Amino acid sequence: MASEVARHLLFQSHITTKTAHTSSQVSDHEQKQKESPRSLTMSGHVGFESLPDQLVNRSIQQGFCFNILCVGETGIGKSTLIDTLFNTNFEDHESSHFYPHVRLKAQTYELQESNVRLKLTIVNTVGFGDQINKEESYQPIVDYIDAQFEAYLQEELKIKRSLFNYHDSRVHVCLYFISPTGHSLKTLDLLTMKSLDSKVNIIPVIAKADAISKTELQKFKIKLMSELVSNGVQIYHFPTDDETIAKINASMNGHLPFAVVGSMDEVKVGNKMVKARQYPWGIVQVENENHCDFVKLREMLICTNMEDLRDQTHTRHYELYRRRKLEEMGFMDVGPENQPLSLQETYEAKRHEFYGERQRKEEEMKQLFVQRVKEKEAILKEAEREASAKFEHLKRVHQEEKLRLEEKRRLLEEEIIAFSKKKATSEIYQNQTFMTPGSNLRKDKDRKNSNFM
Amino acid sequence: MDPLRQSPSPSSSQASSPRTLSCERLGYVGIEAVLDQLKIKAMKMGFEFNIMVVGQSGLGKSTMVNTLFKSKIWKSTMPGLRVPTPQTLQLYSMTHVIEENGVKLKLTVTDTPGFGDQINNDKCWDPILGYINEQYERYLQEEILITRQRHIPDTRVHCCIYFVPPTGHCLRPLDLEFLQRLCRAVNVVPVIARADSLTIEEREAFRHRIQDDLKTHSIEVYPQKCFDEDINDKILNSKIRERIPFAVVGADREHMVNGRCVLGRKTKWGIIEVENMAHCEFPLLRDLLIRSHLQDLKDITHNVHYENYRIIRLKESHALPRGPGWVDLAPAPSPAPGPAPTGTRASPGPAKVCRWAEDNSDEDF
Repeated sequence: MASEVARHLLFQSHITTKTAHTSSQVSDHEQKQKESPRSLTMSGHVGFESLPDQLVNRSIQQGFCFNILCVGETGIGKSTLIDTLFNTNFEDHESSHFYPHVRLKAQTYELQESNVRLKLTIVNTVGFGDQINKEESYQPIVDYIDAQFEAYLQEELKIKRSLFNYHDSRVHVCLYFISPTGHSLKTLDLLTMKSLDSKVNIIPVIAKADAISKTELQKFKIKLMSELVSNGVQIYHFPTDDETIAKINASMNGHLPFAVVGSMDEVKVGNKMVKARQYPWGIVQVENENHCDFVKLREMLICTNMEDLRDQTHTRHYELYRRRKLEEMGFMDVGPENQPLSLQETYEAKRHEFYGERQRKEEEMKQLFVQRVKEKEAILKEAEREASAKFEHLKRVHQEEKLRLEEKRRLLEEEIIAFSKKKATSEIYQNQTFMTPGSNLRKDKDRKNSNFM
Repeated sequence: MDPLRQSPSPSSSQASSPRTLSCERLGYVGIEAVLDQLKIKAMKMGFEFNIMVVGQSGLGKSTMVNTLFKSKIWKSTMPGLRVPTPQTLQLYSMTHVIEENGVKLKLTVTDTPGFGDQINNDKCWDPILGYINEQYERYLQEEILITRQRHIPDTRVHCCIYFVPPTGHCLRPLDLEFLQRLCRAVNVVPVIARADSLTIEEREAFRHRIQDDLKTHSIEVYPQKCFDEDINDKILNSKIRERIPFAVVGADREHMVNGRCVLGRKTKWGIIEVENMAHCEFPLLRDLLIRSHLQDLKDITHNVHYENYRIIRLKESHALPRGPGWVDLAPAPSPAPGPAPTGTRASPGPAKVCRWAEDNSDEDF
């Protein structure tokens, strides 16, 4: 183990000296150029302006991946909004209000528009806000997001990996649906958003916005944004660093959170069929900017910033997760003496430690096992001994009984003999007293007696 | 963006995993705007391209680079090179930023003076392989840091142009040795240098012999056959493969021909125009390298060659037990400086790399 680490360190130092060697050969002039590449003007058309097109072609071939997480109470209009956003009927059934826990349901769809293939994954929270005790509501969501990061991290750390055709399931954007009470954020909303803001890009939307009037809406938006700011919730702000989209993004940032209305039903307005919700007092058109901010949301989410959302997820949220996870496992970039540690060294050290630990535990368990076996054996032996002792004892007792009984029988038999003798003599005596008249009988009797005796 | 258009677009017919469903959209959404977003992001970030030229001195490497990028990347008389050829092979790298129509390209050219110039050229490829591996190593070190940079600077060699001297016969032992080793580590594009010393028939014969040689020794030059992903790629790349190696002429001086100003070499018997397809195949090389396959070169370097290097490095420093599906990495006959053997066969294409990953799905970190 130590030799491997030593070999690795040697290799590292070898490489650095090699670099130093080759770079020292390069003249000073080029050394300066290595540090700051100088610009060159070309005298003709080379043709690498097609590079962005080559990149785009490759991306078209690979296809795009986009994952949206919708968090909001049951019945607030999440599925309808997604259907309206992507102009497709994804699924039909409504979810029940009676789930005991919050679950997440993910569905993947493939959409195609001209030559762009999009693999869209919609993750819905089922049963959010339905329970009586909502303490555990946001934990499944956080766990799901972490699980996706974990899966990507595992793939990235594999030795044989295939990142270029890995189906990226990390959540790129979280649409948080706020219910249109008109007052302020609910505690559950605040808690959930606070726990999600460092893991995913959050875009808050006010759902079912046709329930609020225009003036109330303004006040509501201001109240919401100030609450978010005062509680330190970091929501996603559209990027304003690129000039082409900076202006529109900046103005959209001012309209957050978007008040949206979703509907797939079509209603005739004027002479066109538009998506709208029909009420007795009027028709709320989904794509009318005066009625709701749906068009703004679609523009921002899909047309202008999809790539930036994916970029942020990969470079900010995923990197943060990765760093935390690796640090948690004990890896560091810089060792105790400020020497740069490599992942391999730390891993080797940890592995060594772990194996040692495991070895020790194995030994312990073995010893415990042996001890237990011994104990059991002793108990069994003891029992066996006792049993045999008892058996001996009983046998002895039995013998004694038998002897006594024999004795008694003998005595009894002797008594019988004695008694029968007595009986015989008493009968003879009786016969003698009766036998005086005839002596033949006596002779017969004598003869009988002598036979008997 | 016309949201009221009702024309349904055909549902996707791509093969997808059983979980994914293809849906029919009922109108325009605006998903294809993501392509523009990609373009904007790419133009802002700029591109990087690293190229290496290898060949004996006097074959016109520096001139070729100047011609490719139409600028004086190397001065045509480098004071350092007038010194008698150095005893060992040295590598010179120069980085330039060139811009065309808003697209910024950071170009790094690595030259290898002294290659094959000594009496004993044994192991002259080692410094080159070492340099290539060193770039991979640098990238790997950056990638496995805990706090890593947003954009890891890419110094890996994307393409290596190998200059074959125009003997007219066949590939020499030095060429074969070098190509065999390098094709496993980097994309190699062989070219016939100074092709103006061969007639058209001689060129064709030479080209066929070189192609046969390459096939006999199973040397896979770029574009590799195993990386063709679909039928369009196959057709396009087979056309290119028929013409490899290109017979090129480099020139950085301009002359007047028929009233036009062209790059060319002026000789007593005529002017050889560099950009004229009848004279030489320089336009093919330029189109391959820059106009059509630049991104592909970078992709193959990143997805295949770098991954192969990474696998070797991680396996050897972890000394993990060899599980099923482990490729038999026969060490290269002459190892590069540093313990990393470069003897992997580059034959595993992206599909094969993927299959191994699936086989070892339980091989953990």
